[in-house]
Amino acid sequence: MKNKTMPDKDFFSPIKAWKFLFKKPVTIKVPYVKREAAERYRGFHINDWNECIGCGTCAKICPTDAIKMVEVDDLPQEYGQKPQRPVIDYGRCSFCAMCVDICTTGSLKMTREYVHISPEPEDFIFAPTEKGIHGIEEVPVGWVRDEASELLELERVEMEMLDGEERVQSFIEYVKGYSKEQAIHEAARCVECALCTDRCPQHMQIPEYIKAIWKDDLNDALKWLLKGDETNNMLGANPFSAVCGRVCTHKCEEACSIGNRGEAIAIRWLKRYIVDNVSDYKKIIEIKPAKKDKKIAIIGSGPAGLSAAYFLSTMGYDVEVFESLSKPGGVMRYGIPSYRLPDEALDKDIAFIQALGVKIHVGISVGKDISLESLKEKYDAVFISTGFSLGRSTKVPGTDHEDVLQALPLLREIRDYLRGEGPKPKIPKSLVVIGGGNVAMDVARSIARLQKVEYGQVDVKVTSLERTFDEMPADMEEIEEGSEEGIEFYPGWGPVRIIIDEEKIKGVELKKCVEVFDENGRFNPKFDEIQKLYLDADMVVEAIGQAPDYSYLPEDLKEQLEFVRGRLVTNEYRQTNIEWLFAGGDIVNGPDIIHGVADGYWAARGIDEYLSKGVK
Amino acid sequence: MGEVKLFFGPNHPGMHGNFSVHMYVEGDTVERARPLPGFLHRGFEKLMERRLWYQNLALIPRICVPEPDINEVCYAMAIEKIAKIDVPERAQWIRMIILELARIASHMMSFPGIGGPLGLYTSSFWGVADRDRILDIFESLTGARIYHMFIVPGGVRKDLTPKIQDLIVKTLDYIEGRLPDYEDLIFKNRIVHTRLKGIALLDRETALELGVTGVGLRATGVPYDIRKVDPYLFYDKVDFEIPTATDGDAYSRVYLKYLEIYQSIKIIRQCLEKMPEGKVNVPLSEGSALRYKVPKGQAYVHIESTRGEYGYFMVSDGGEKPYRVAVRGASYPQTFIGVEKYLPGTRIEDVPIWLSTMDVCAPEVDR
Repeated sequence: MKNKTMPDKDFFSPIKAWKFLFKKPVTIKVPYVKREAAERYRGFHINDWNECIGCGTCAKICPTDAIKMVEVDDLPQEYGQKPQRPVIDYGRCSFCAMCVDICTTGSLKMTREYVHISPEPEDFIFAPTEKGIHGIEEVPVGWVRDEASELLELERVEMEMLDGEERVQSFIEYVKGYSKEQAIHEAARCVECALCTDRCPQHMQIPEYIKAIWKDDLNDALKWLLKGDETNNMLGANPFSAVCGRVCTHKCEEACSIGNRGEAIAIRWLKRYIVDNVSDYKKIIEIKPAKKDKKIAIIGSGPAGLSAAYFLSTMGYDVEVFESLSKPGGVMRYGIPSYRLPDEALDKDIAFIQALGVKIHVGISVGKDISLESLKEKYDAVFISTGFSLGRSTKVPGTDHEDVLQALPLLREIRDYLRGEGPKPKIPKSLVVIGGGNVAMDVARSIARLQKVEYGQVDVKVTSLERTFDEMPADMEEIEEGSEEGIEFYPGWGPVRIIIDEEKIKGVELKKCVEVFDENGRFNPKFDEIQKLYLDADMVVEAIGQAPDYSYLPEDLKEQLEFVRGRLVTNEYRQTNIEWLFAGGDIVNGPDIIHGVADGYWAARGIDEYLSKGVK
Repeated sequence: MGEVKLFFGPNHPGMHGNFSVHMYVEGDTVERARPLPGFLHRGFEKLMERRLWYQNLALIPRICVPEPDINEVCYAMAIEKIAKIDVPERAQWIRMIILELARIASHMMSFPGIGGPLGLYTSSFWGVADRDRILDIFESLTGARIYHMFIVPGGVRKDLTPKIQDLIVKTLDYIEGRLPDYEDLIFKNRIVHTRLKGIALLDRETALELGVTGVGLRATGVPYDIRKVDPYLFYDKVDFEIPTATDGDAYSRVYLKYLEIYQSIKIIRQCLEKMPEGKVNVPLSEGSALRYKVPKGQAYVHIESTRGEYGYFMVSDGGEKPYRVAVRGASYPQTFIGVEKYLPGTRIEDVPIWLSTMDVCAPEVDR
């Protein structure tokens, strides 16, 4: 049959394919010849266990659910990491490398290995290590994350603040707070690893409330703040969310997994966003516990005392708080300056605690107006949280001068004055603050503001033993912001004497500090006596730490209690050796508000347990 | 002798993929035909609604095995249309290169497709071996050979390095040099002519009525190609032609694919030339991939796949997962609806030729 569609000359064309008979085949002889995979090949995983923090983000993004986090016993138990590592089921893995691109530390990578043979199905479920699936030393690395394939947003949404020049002119809160868009954006960066929850002393349910912000459900977010995990005894609740949303030491942000490669989530500001945008807690949070016929007295209305009061009243107890000063709040009201923590925020938190039925008796000093024994008679249990109210002195010559002040009384005086409840404090033309902690910063920045208003210029010098800003216990942001406000820093100097001429302070003589801590890590400063520094001042403030005042404790009780370095020893429920006496706050743990809240929480649970067993 | 029911596929050398046709034959002639899909049903569209926007990137390429990238491009383009994302220029050129490489690879795969029913196994071996060279490019560029999972909303995941560019240039030169061999083997072959010319005739009216696009329609003389009709990416900035034929038979459909390989090579060369330096991706600007959201809205995007118009209709309710994604599988009309229409009256031995030249693609039907 003749085909009309094809010219006859092409008849032999297909035969040309025979030329390949004499050529080498294009196929390779696997497994005798090994084929190298491409440079960015997505093969089996490797995971550097020293870098991996077990955050589980890889397992969350995995589209095929191939990654499971498995607990590993012999890993270090540290904050900022979890003792678990990813295990990959290669029966499910689709080798998309999204786990690599989203890895918060960059420990997870893919190799160029692609052949794995085993008769055992278990061999295909594998926890990657640095050595890869075949356990060889030098694994050829394939796909790694780069800037273009990044699946995290590493930069924080910037918080708007007043600039240094502007904020030093008043005590107005200078951090403006997130807008709705900013907060939702910031919340969207979270990967829900909950390393922050582990780190927080109170174990606040941070991923849950951040998620609620992201979903724009502020009522739910507030519930997580004030009620915590309702299925687990309100673990993680924090009655001082408005306060902590401003001045918390935010250890959570140090643990944040995003912080490994980028900037940690602004957890503190997000907490503040929730409380600032909710008008009244009472309308959203309903707490109506069954009343219990037991009464508890709390001495001191600081973070620990009022937190204990909050948690006890949610359990149905009658709680009465005794405060020696004229307003409740303790260090939150009388210590932290109002440019960081305005009264309105604190009042919002305290109003909610009072709305639960907590009675706060102000102006009553236990030990003077009323004795601890008489409280014991009237109440079923007593919680003490009196804080560190006494200042410490360097005791160098000249510190007995009347213009050498202690930090805490001065801060209290300033706040009373600003509230219109006290006389104007003496404002120095130039001030030297001795100390490198946050209290020293508070004094320096408060006086700087008063100076600016009074004299139009700032002259405050801060000196500390610690030789670098990193060593100083104050927050880095406090130091940076203080510098912006015109405060000068002299780290690495220790005071020798206060220079006094004609009964007036002229300045401070300092010597160089060579070493603050000895080999054992104990505080034991060494000085270079030759290097000297003179700072002019007409007032000196000592802010080198505080001490507790136990004068209200009767002697016979004091003998039964156990103290270690000025702090009370308690069990995990904050119960002292005297079974009806519980304690918390700075006198037990310290050093910040959130530790006080945690003390209040555990003490409340301890008191509940103690009272429900029946008072002996 | 009465009517006999004959099962064709899913396990049959002449059948493309897991698809089956029930034929009622009398003698050698097909009387009626009924498609039987579902062997590959995984519910892609429904699965997409349960996964995060980013997680879907690992799922969607599976809707088309020989040419997975069309899914990635459609998915990304639909999101970009709803969210109004401006994709960097370089990323768009890279996407074009990937699409055209995938087109070449897919067309190469159609030679084995036609080799099987004809018994011309040399074309099968050649097609698979040469397609592997394209897969080598994909391996270097995207890190994977078949399912690339490389195109993301906002761009592509990694840059095209000069080294990869060299590899592309070399491979294109090689393939261009190889194409005359294919011409000699397949298109100047007496047997191929006898078996394909005038066989499996699809006229223009039926093609339009069924909604057949791609080479099936172009073989009937309609120059319909989305790249020209509604240019996406930078297809309006490159110079290429749409080969058409008028016969509407199996031969012209295969031959058009062969001609399109030349056009794709031409497009890729222009892309490499015109591609500017710069970023390949818009960084995530609203949080991590775990909390990626697409604003409320809907979009339809369509691109030209090797089998015709391939489209994604996407609806977002503003959440972290798609509300609905509907896929227009390009071969759906000719595979699912078409077999009932065009198979009756043909001889049994022509059925594989019909199905392989009409590009049956089971996952597109079973999506």
